[in-house]
Amino acid sequence: MSKVVLAILEQRENKLKKVSFEVVSFSKNIATKLNTEVVGVVIGNDIQNLNDISKYGISRVLHYKNESLTNYSASAYTDLVYEAVKETDAEYLIFGDTALGKDLAPRIGARIDAGCIMDCVSVDFAGNPPLFTRPVYAGKALVDVKFNSDKKVVTIRPNVFKAQISEVPQELKIETRDVSNPNLKTKVVEYKKSEGKLDVAEADIIVSGGRGLKAPENFNLVENLADVLGAAVGASRAAVDAGWRPHREQVGQTGKTVSPSLYIACGISGAIQHLAGMSSSKYIVAINKDKDAPIFTVADYGIAGDVFEILPALTEEIKKAKA
Amino acid sequence: MKVAVCVSHVPDTATKVKIGQDEKHIDPAGVVFIINPYDEFAVEEALKTKEKFGGEVVAISVGNDNSKETLRKALAMGVDKGILLKTDKSLDSVGISKALAEELKNQQFDIVFMGKQSVDYDDSIVGQLTSEFLGYSCISNAVYLNIEGQKVIAEREIEGGKEVVESELPVVITTQKGLNEPRYASLKGIMASKKKEILEKPIVETTNHTEVVKMRKPAAKQPGRIIGTDVSAVPELVKLLHEEAKVI
Repeated sequence: MSKVVLAILEQRENKLKKVSFEVVSFSKNIATKLNTEVVGVVIGNDIQNLNDISKYGISRVLHYKNESLTNYSASAYTDLVYEAVKETDAEYLIFGDTALGKDLAPRIGARIDAGCIMDCVSVDFAGNPPLFTRPVYAGKALVDVKFNSDKKVVTIRPNVFKAQISEVPQELKIETRDVSNPNLKTKVVEYKKSEGKLDVAEADIIVSGGRGLKAPENFNLVENLADVLGAAVGASRAAVDAGWRPHREQVGQTGKTVSPSLYIACGISGAIQHLAGMSSSKYIVAINKDKDAPIFTVADYGIAGDVFEILPALTEEIKKAKA
Repeated sequence: MKVAVCVSHVPDTATKVKIGQDEKHIDPAGVVFIINPYDEFAVEEALKTKEKFGGEVVAISVGNDNSKETLRKALAMGVDKGILLKTDKSLDSVGISKALAEELKNQQFDIVFMGKQSVDYDDSIVGQLTSEFLGYSCISNAVYLNIEGQKVIAEREIEGGKEVVESELPVVITTQKGLNEPRYASLKGIMASKKKEILEKPIVETTNHTEVVKMRKPAAKQPGRIIGTDVSAVPELVKLLHEEAKVI
């Protein structure tokens, strides 16, 4: 079988991430068009939920296994994906557009002289060749891109493509490859988790605060609302540059581009860099005193009022609704 | 220590993007170009590395004559010399990385810095590609860096936390906000930069592996509604989120 589609699955702390299932479904779609099959590749040690992927219609997974591969190693992972490419003669390699995917995909891409299309948000198989759409300028524009290369690397934005459970159950064959002496020239020696916090890049709901909150301590209003919603806390560049919030929470062109189901902007006027980073959210709520603030041009629902009064009331009302 | 820093000349993040007539690029009319914001962290770290270990910092940019402006900016911050790898073609990330690697490999740099992404095409891959073409190690998205002898320790930002990464020289480091506070170019620096050399070289021609067929604006969001101006609007908002949007 030549020209297979390789689905590169990502595990963290021995568990497959949700985006891996999306990668499998996306790979299945390409494979169906090309009349070929998907082969999964996973690198790690004992992976608890590896069998879960059989639900998504994949029948073969190469598992490169070694205790020292639980944490990411750019050098070892690149070598092992390269092994998989050589063995399967893959044409397409699909990754999640995560911190790991962004690091690994181009490394392997360079090694096999592939073209790389990063952060794909939709794909059109109608024509030949297929067109992959990705945002540029932090989402201010989109480009439809095609490959001119034989080998093709694609990363897909998490939470955009659905993981589809296959109607035809497949028997999953996991081929374990015990790896001796992995190349650990570059390796992760420690993972420092941010204390109990959801990450804006992965959250389904985000509550963000900006300069309208006036002082760092007032972010507790944002945090309280985020807590009742199970949401991540985000921040505008103004709030980050003022030192009120850490950079990892920054949403916008020099921060993170996000597309959650619900984005609540509190005391954010909506500078163009911020709008670029969050306009693709499914629903946007804006709370801002100034009814002419640009944030209201992208908001589905707005309250043009005082964030200090509205946030506590909103938190209470949602608590009531959830009770 | 031989240090290189790769810089990119990009539209200011405040730019309102207008699609050009070819429908493949933005319309550059009226657009202000700046040094890529993430590359400022790279220049700063390169200068700090030189201050600690001695040596020389070379800034390299791939682009047309306009990129000299961004090289000048790096020189004004304190970089020793600039190299412009000149092309009028628009290259994809693989093409740019090959051009950079071709130049870098001749000079045997110990460490190469660049921003973790450029704020135009947002690929976030030029550092990783270049490192692989060079056979160097790579740590992307760095928010902390320490070099001891041949050993490199960095922290990189990932979802929900940071990874502490160990590697060794020679290495490509891509820089993220939080790594340092870029210095401002002093008046003296700006004056001195005018006397510094910018070497111009043609790039090694490559073919693009990917091709933009069309650039377009995302579908405009339907204008929403302002449902109130005080707390009395809150119950209505919650009802809409629950019943209409179905997101809570």
